[in-house]
Amino acid sequence: MTNDGSTRDDRWQIRIRGLHKSFGAQQVLRGIDLDIERGKTNIVIGGSGQGKSVLMKHLMGLLQPDSGHIYVDGQDIVGLRDVAIAKVQRKFGMVFQYAALFDSLNVVENIAFPLIERYRLPRSEIMERVRELLKRLDLDRVAGVEQKFPAELSGGMRKRVGLARALVDRPEILLYDEPTTGLDPIATKNVDEMIRRTADDFGVTSVVISHDMASTFRIADRIAMLYDGIIISCGRPDELIAAPDPRLREFVEPSGAVKFGAPS
Amino acid sequence: MSEASPPSVGAQEKLPLQAQVVPLLGRIFAPLLGAVEIFGLHMLLFGRAVTWLFRRPFRLRLYLEQMEFIGVGSLPIIMLVGFFTGAVTALQAIMALAMFDQQRWVGYGVGVSLARELAPVFTALMITARAGSAMATELGSMRITEQIDALTTFAVNPVHYLVTPRLVSAVLMLPVMTMVFNVLGLLGGYIISIVVYQIDLGQVLELFQHWVDPNDYVQGLIKATIFGVAMALTACYQGFNVRGGAKEVGRATTAAVVSSSVTVLILDYFLIEIMSVIWPSHGM
Repeated sequence: MTNDGSTRDDRWQIRIRGLHKSFGAQQVLRGIDLDIERGKTNIVIGGSGQGKSVLMKHLMGLLQPDSGHIYVDGQDIVGLRDVAIAKVQRKFGMVFQYAALFDSLNVVENIAFPLIERYRLPRSEIMERVRELLKRLDLDRVAGVEQKFPAELSGGMRKRVGLARALVDRPEILLYDEPTTGLDPIATKNVDEMIRRTADDFGVTSVVISHDMASTFRIADRIAMLYDGIIISCGRPDELIAAPDPRLREFVEPSGAVKFGAPS
Repeated sequence: MSEASPPSVGAQEKLPLQAQVVPLLGRIFAPLLGAVEIFGLHMLLFGRAVTWLFRRPFRLRLYLEQMEFIGVGSLPIIMLVGFFTGAVTALQAIMALAMFDQQRWVGYGVGVSLARELAPVFTALMITARAGSAMATELGSMRITEQIDALTTFAVNPVHYLVTPRLVSAVLMLPVMTMVFNVLGLLGGYIISIVVYQIDLGQVLELFQHWVDPNDYVQGLIKATIFGVAMALTACYQGFNVRGGAKEVGRATTAAVVSSSVTVLILDYFLIEIMSVIWPSHGM
């Protein structure tokens, strides 16, 4: 890991250096250094209230840090405003915990929303892109899905429509905020599969925030653990299993998701 | 305290006094400071909503949807309440005027009280209960289900998308609804006075025409516009700032209805004072 991310790197798409953020007296991020690998599934784990969501909001420029740098493809996005940050935000798609679909819009209008807001595209092209996504995400099997409103969809379908909305503007990076929270084991497995398939089919870099250890070790290419505002452990799953940090071990072991070697 | 330098008697008295007075002042002025802060935050939201009004994209559809909801959607309740308010006012006026055998003044009484007070205030209160509560609930649930955060990820400003259309629609629709209230109120008054009590229509109309001034309607409509700002701003502020879960959405809705209703009544008093200076009244 190099210390400077200010040049475009083929392997690392996002490089975070020395990120600090406080809310009032509460220090949430206390010097984050983290690299996100291009085209891979990168998972950030950590307990509740450790700053995972705050970190994710920084990646998209929705929050400004107190200090530090976030390089996206070599460009420091800290301090960017208006048009410049909007341009960076187009590289990202975000899948929210409970999909966050707009209640007042139907499925097609929800998926088309980023295109309508960002560009002046002809209606036929928008519909073409929406229908293509409905097909690729197996949403077109449900009769009349296009005109349904979010309240009429199941939890799993809502999640897929949320994913479709995140993918419609062809982002390079997809952020998932605790995608398996509140799902039963079968739905969890489906979401895991969806994340993997999306990474493979669309060639996107995935950043997933999770505290579901079984899921994490099933689908991650890289795992980083956030603890008390810093990244205490980062690497491929097999690397982490081979030489775990005691705090990571303490966090992961109760879930029974992986078997660690003897403590070093 | 060290034994070597015992505190003097004066210092002993002074320190506890200061220590008591400062928190006491804090406690006395805390609600006032809180009120000033909340007023400031409302004004800040108002300023942002107005600034966004002039920036692209204009999203006409959102404005039309809100106007439909606040205006057309409120039409039945406004018509119903307007009709009965006019009828009740006429009834009370006739009973009072009968003591002097001056029932022909009923048209003036109903007309002027509807135009200046009853129509704008009741319309604002009815629309607060119906549309203001819905605005607070909708924005509150959008906040807790992260829909407002989702807007920002598409580089859409939530104030631009959610608050500005509601504010503008309320400002445009409140005066229109106030006029509907006026018309239905006069109809209610007509039915009671002319049809039920059979007061002479010619006399009633003559006094109405002579004494009810177009200015009375202008004052009522100015008030309705200002009530529209107060209602939409309070409802949006409450909904926008929900934190937590469903319970908080309910609390925000209650707060929106209570505080906009109170604001409307308080504003009404001050607006009357201001308008009585601008337009010295002919009949008062």
